[in-house]
Amino acid sequence: MPEEYSWPSREASAVIGKVHDRLDGVVKSTGAAKYTYDVNLKNQLIAVAYGSPYAHCKIKSLDVSGAEKTPGVVHVEVLPQGKKDTEIEWEGELLAVVAAESEAAAREGVSKIKITVEELDVFADESNLTAAEVAGRTGKGGGKAETVNEPGDDDDEDEFVEKELQRLFDESKYVLEGEYGIDAITHCCLEPHGATVQWKDGKLEAYLSTQNVSGTDEGFARDLELTADDVHVQCEYIGGGFGSKFAPDYWGIAAARISKATGRPVKLMLQRDQELKLGGSRPSGYIKVRLGADENGVVQVWDSLQWGSSGFRGGGVSHSVIPYVLVPPNYRRVSTTIKSNTANARAWRAPNHPQACAMSQTALDDLAAKMGADSYDVFLANLVNATNGKAEVYRAEMEVGAKLIDWKAKWHPHGKGPSRGAIVDGLGMGLHTWGGTANTSSCLLKIYPDGGVESFCGTQDLGTGTRTVCAQVLAETLGLEVGQVKVNIGSSRYPNSGASGGSTTVGAVCESHRRAGQDAVAKVFDLAARELGVDASVLEAVGGQIRDSANHQKRISWRKACSLIGLKPLEVTSNYRRGDESPLTDSGVGGVQMAHVEVDKETGVIKIKKFVAVQDQGLVINPKTCKSQIYGAVIMGIAAALYEQRVTDPQSGKFVNAELSDYKLARLGDVGEIVVELYEPDSERIRGVIGNGEPPAISPKAAIANAVANALGVRVPTIPMTPKRVLDALAKA
Amino acid sequence: MTDSKQKSAPKSGFSRRAFLRGSGAVAAATALQTQAAVAVDDQGPNVVRGETSLTLNVNGQDVNVSCEPRTTLLDVLRYHLDLTGAKPVSLDGSSGASTVLIDGKPVMASTTLAMTAVGKEIKTVESLGGEQPDEVVKAFVEHDAQQCGFCTPGFVVAVRAFLDKNPDATEAEVRAGLNGNICRCGTYANIVEAALAVVKGG
Repeated sequence: MPEEYSWPSREASAVIGKVHDRLDGVVKSTGAAKYTYDVNLKNQLIAVAYGSPYAHCKIKSLDVSGAEKTPGVVHVEVLPQGKKDTEIEWEGELLAVVAAESEAAAREGVSKIKITVEELDVFADESNLTAAEVAGRTGKGGGKAETVNEPGDDDDEDEFVEKELQRLFDESKYVLEGEYGIDAITHCCLEPHGATVQWKDGKLEAYLSTQNVSGTDEGFARDLELTADDVHVQCEYIGGGFGSKFAPDYWGIAAARISKATGRPVKLMLQRDQELKLGGSRPSGYIKVRLGADENGVVQVWDSLQWGSSGFRGGGVSHSVIPYVLVPPNYRRVSTTIKSNTANARAWRAPNHPQACAMSQTALDDLAAKMGADSYDVFLANLVNATNGKAEVYRAEMEVGAKLIDWKAKWHPHGKGPSRGAIVDGLGMGLHTWGGTANTSSCLLKIYPDGGVESFCGTQDLGTGTRTVCAQVLAETLGLEVGQVKVNIGSSRYPNSGASGGSTTVGAVCESHRRAGQDAVAKVFDLAARELGVDASVLEAVGGQIRDSANHQKRISWRKACSLIGLKPLEVTSNYRRGDESPLTDSGVGGVQMAHVEVDKETGVIKIKKFVAVQDQGLVINPKTCKSQIYGAVIMGIAAALYEQRVTDPQSGKFVNAELSDYKLARLGDVGEIVVELYEPDSERIRGVIGNGEPPAISPKAAIANAVANALGVRVPTIPMTPKRVLDALAKA
Repeated sequence: MTDSKQKSAPKSGFSRRAFLRGSGAVAAATALQTQAAVAVDDQGPNVVRGETSLTLNVNGQDVNVSCEPRTTLLDVLRYHLDLTGAKPVSLDGSSGASTVLIDGKPVMASTTLAMTAVGKEIKTVESLGGEQPDEVVKAFVEHDAQQCGFCTPGFVVAVRAFLDKNPDATEAEVRAGLNGNICRCGTYANIVEAALAVVKGG
């Protein structure tokens, strides 16, 4: 065993920190990679589900006889929620599944299902607090108040806070009031949720599109009255998850039941509209803010009322991250939840943070506008309010970002820039924070006597480059080339590794693979030391050799060293448990983003000219895939800032744009120039690895909204900033 | 599936000939051997039942497929030929994920009936792989123009088709000319780089 786990220095690193092509690049680019949707099992049935056409109703009858009679249909299952008298609370909730010889036959069968219902009252106008109150759909969402001065023993706390806040507002040099909002969006995974399953001899083989390879076998087992050892979950490739694919889901369980009933494999993937309606959404959030600042623009007091919805159970954006990152010494935040007839939200890349950032750093930018100040200076001044201890990191990242976007040269006061015809331009920024701690992970490492190396870990690669990171860490640790290491992931039969959520995966696999590598190479060193006649402690694994670090002539090849293992491979399993102190990983990052936009005041169309993202994430294993993650997060943010919106008809509760032609996402021509800068000075590198999946997805909305406000001199209060909203804001001004 | 146009059609009005003409596949009709019969249903869509035998030229090889006339090219590729590179993402073709080349032109396999592709040269993303992958594939790998990868095959084919037509494309042309495909992970910046690298010869 090594004395302690550690990373090599920047100078001594041969593989980590170096650009490497992702290992699955070719198979993904040529269609060879098999996703859940692509797994075709012999004699499989294709299942398509029928969803409720009503957003709120009680089922009176569900007639599936037409489906059963449809040629090609083999099996129809009415789901528990499709039974008579069940209350349906959102449109699209699946009620029955039709399994057929082909997808076309299954769809035809679904088209023959007839439903009668008693329609119930619908509420889906999440942005409208008054309407929600009238409809009796609101609930308390909690809140918190903090003041520097404390109430006396005899004071009523609420009254004290009210008076104290008023006093602070009266004392403020600047007081700003604003309303902001951000509509619900969906995960919209391009590979919909679903599974291809085979029930055979009391065991279940499940190909599941999942972010949780190690944790979904229990879910299948529990609902199917099996034990987890009877379930094998596999996911080599997943077509997007973004926080929405952690469970088998009831449709995955239904597929398994149908496989059991028919004795045939079953593929059940959600249809596109179902994916948008059920596959996951991000809660909406709306806020009324009043803030007071001193003469330098440093916010001293914040008072806000927010509302929003996560669907029928209420919810909305957690008040705990309001105001976002820059929290003044005195504040009160109150939250109201709204029960809406929309499907329950799922975790969406950095839950709560993007909305919180967009609902509070917009107010900060409006303060700058009110002061006639440079937004950069106001953000800088407010770093004293950073509650995460990252003020210095933000300061440094702001400097880097400002240079890259040429802030000083391009800045103009809000609404005071030059215009070319109807075109005006503007700058805006936002900053964010995230944890990104390492998840629990185990790695089984096999070193064969012929020098072959193979690892096994029940993690998954969401497109983040997990596979490549595993191979780089092992190659570095064993002194090999990346291509000499075979990485096996994506099976629940492999050692347990945590779900990929919360930016916890890169840390997790770095922990388990570095540990397994160091543990295994220590055993190889013991064998090589005897052969070389040196102490094992002086040995290092570099360039395919095991050598004396002080005398490089004393060496044997990796292959020769491995031949000393014996006849059977050397097997090492090493673990990391989430939360354990470790020199390999850390948590807590910052990140600063800046946008330069152009707005056409006649059409309301916003274009991204340039976007800069500066991101810290501790030690970077692969700068190429790390940057790709950030590019992706920014592009997702551009989509959410300008285009993406779940449009729900307030009368019927129907999700009216549940197809990709109507659910607008950014396309290639929409994203402008994006510059990504990895902030990795020694002070960051020494912290070890930290996940970066979520943090760069947080700020784009605030940064772009602020750039638009800077361009127009008018705030477009609700995101996405559609052309209509831009024109409405201009008309109102 | 039950739009009013089909519902109001006369019961006997849905003939195989009309169906083929409507699909623009008259030329293909002679190549078809079909046992398809018209089934008329008062309640829903008119469906031509029965399997049709088609010969399709896919990636340079003639393959025989037996499928219902309503079968899309995408379903034939994925379920009959196990060529799963082209992906089912949107029913209306708006994602571009099912892009294949038919006679060199990019087409959505999801909105193309298989029988309309008879007699044409169909190339899927799989034809760009092999021992010596296409330059576009190499550039996608080199510039990391993929994350989850689900949209990638469609994008690779779209970029190949675009560059075949515009071998000297500028950055502005690349940004203007590749908007038929959607990537949810946000790989566009890398795709622009990859496409321009191919223009520049690697």
